[in-house]
Amino acid sequence: MRNPLSSVVEEIQPSGIRKFFDIVSEMKDAISLGVGEPDFDTPWKVREEGINSLEKGRTFYTSNSGLKELKQEVCNYLDRHYNLSYDYNKEVYITVGGSEAIDDCIRAMIDPGDEVLIPQPCYVSYLPCVQLAYGKPVFINLKAENEFRLTAKELEEAITDKTKLLILPFPNNPTGAILERSDLEAIAKICIEKDIFVLSDEIYAALTYGNEKHVSIASLPGMKERTIVINGFSKSHAMTGWRLGYACGPEIIIGQMLKIHQFCIMCAPTTSQYAAVEALRSCDNEVNAMRNEYNERRRYLLHRFNSMGLPCFEPKGAFYMFPCIKSTGMTSEEFATKLLNAKKVAVVPGTAFGDCGEGFLRISYAYSMENLKLALDRIEEFLKER
Amino acid sequence: MRERILHYLEKNSRVDLKDLAVMLDVSETDIVNEIAKMEQENIICGYPTLINWENAGYEKVTALIEVRVTPQRDKGFDNVAEQIYKYPEVDAVFLISGGFDLLVTIDGETLREVSSFVTNKLSTIEGVINTKTNFILKKYKDHGNVMDNSKKDERIQVAP
Repeated sequence: MRNPLSSVVEEIQPSGIRKFFDIVSEMKDAISLGVGEPDFDTPWKVREEGINSLEKGRTFYTSNSGLKELKQEVCNYLDRHYNLSYDYNKEVYITVGGSEAIDDCIRAMIDPGDEVLIPQPCYVSYLPCVQLAYGKPVFINLKAENEFRLTAKELEEAITDKTKLLILPFPNNPTGAILERSDLEAIAKICIEKDIFVLSDEIYAALTYGNEKHVSIASLPGMKERTIVINGFSKSHAMTGWRLGYACGPEIIIGQMLKIHQFCIMCAPTTSQYAAVEALRSCDNEVNAMRNEYNERRRYLLHRFNSMGLPCFEPKGAFYMFPCIKSTGMTSEEFATKLLNAKKVAVVPGTAFGDCGEGFLRISYAYSMENLKLALDRIEEFLKER
Repeated sequence: MRERILHYLEKNSRVDLKDLAVMLDVSETDIVNEIAKMEQENIICGYPTLINWENAGYEKVTALIEVRVTPQRDKGFDNVAEQIYKYPEVDAVFLISGGFDLLVTIDGETLREVSSFVTNKLSTIEGVINTKTNFILKKYKDHGNVMDNSKKDERIQVAP
């Protein structure tokens, strides 16, 4: 028989997280700090709207680009919070989570051989999406001493005449790093000079803890026309299982992304779309309350890690910490495996997010304080007994 | 800061103040002082414990009693309310809008004990027109806590 598989797919490495997941799921009573989704339930009024839409029998497809009211609410929301103005009719469509939007965007923009800049450590799906589009991934290794920000210098050094697209995943999973206005201005200048487009994955935009709110690079002068903003409901409104996100950008790109979406997906889940209208209309307070809780857990964790001798820069976004474990002499994977076996605490090795995550762990604080406290006590014991 | 302290104390009055200080980015002394102030100002009125008596093996009866009252000149409902809350059996007294005036909650050991209190004490108070006793059959959720809290973390344990 011939090889049934595509060589491109065969080349894609399975996610490093998956491997670790298999070990953890074998173990009874492990405490996990490995989850990449909120611990809060979706606000009740949002769930109620989902139920209501089912009761009313709204079980049909929506238009390909999504419900009109939802697209309008997305535009209101982005304008209200991030000073972004999009035409709901031409510049926005609703996707199956941010993940679909990432895939659509890369496929719509990349020709074989085009170089795509991927700052690492980062979320695991950019690389395979680039590979599937026959693009050429070029990694930029972010550094702990820069608090894992992307600097203009790093960007400039990675650019060649084949560079077409920069992935900008901030606030960042797994590091918790953010980019502030001044960082973005420097990056924007280079993108405009070198005529590079930006995929700005802002799925964690609602979760920042600095003085200034999240800034979208698309809100900077000259950037809207070269940026696709990807966001969604999973992290901000604790709606991961609803699978709902959106992409916004210039009509010329969104139109082509929509074509892929139309043929591969048809439309995002109808129930989720109705629920999401409510989420955007009336849940700013709930989102704030969740952010407050995350922030307080974040301060607690930062304090604990630094005082137990695992230095950690102050992450100002998302719900992750990225403490450095180099002082233990262990690799990330060794540390995570030993910690799991000795203390039944599951954390994700930094290397699951790119080679430059070596020497770090991703710690999620999407857990109750009781859970975090218990886990941190065990990590501290682990370090002392070593 | 007050709002956040109260938020955590309301959930758990035994919260570790050292941790709370770190979480709120203030000193422990600040927290201790603020709590003392709020105790003085009668903002924090006590630190009772939420008990599931049934699980402890004790029989307990709680009743919510709707009371209709003739208000008195100048005093309104205050005098009658005071006469009611003086009884140690009475757990809470609220002035309520709607079809009746006072809502009284009573804890007792038996149905008989509670009904005898209502007939002999409560309904004989001057100004009380009538009462309606509602016995609590099952507590599902109290003070924000689901009593039978068997909800588990159903998220997959490790995810990107």
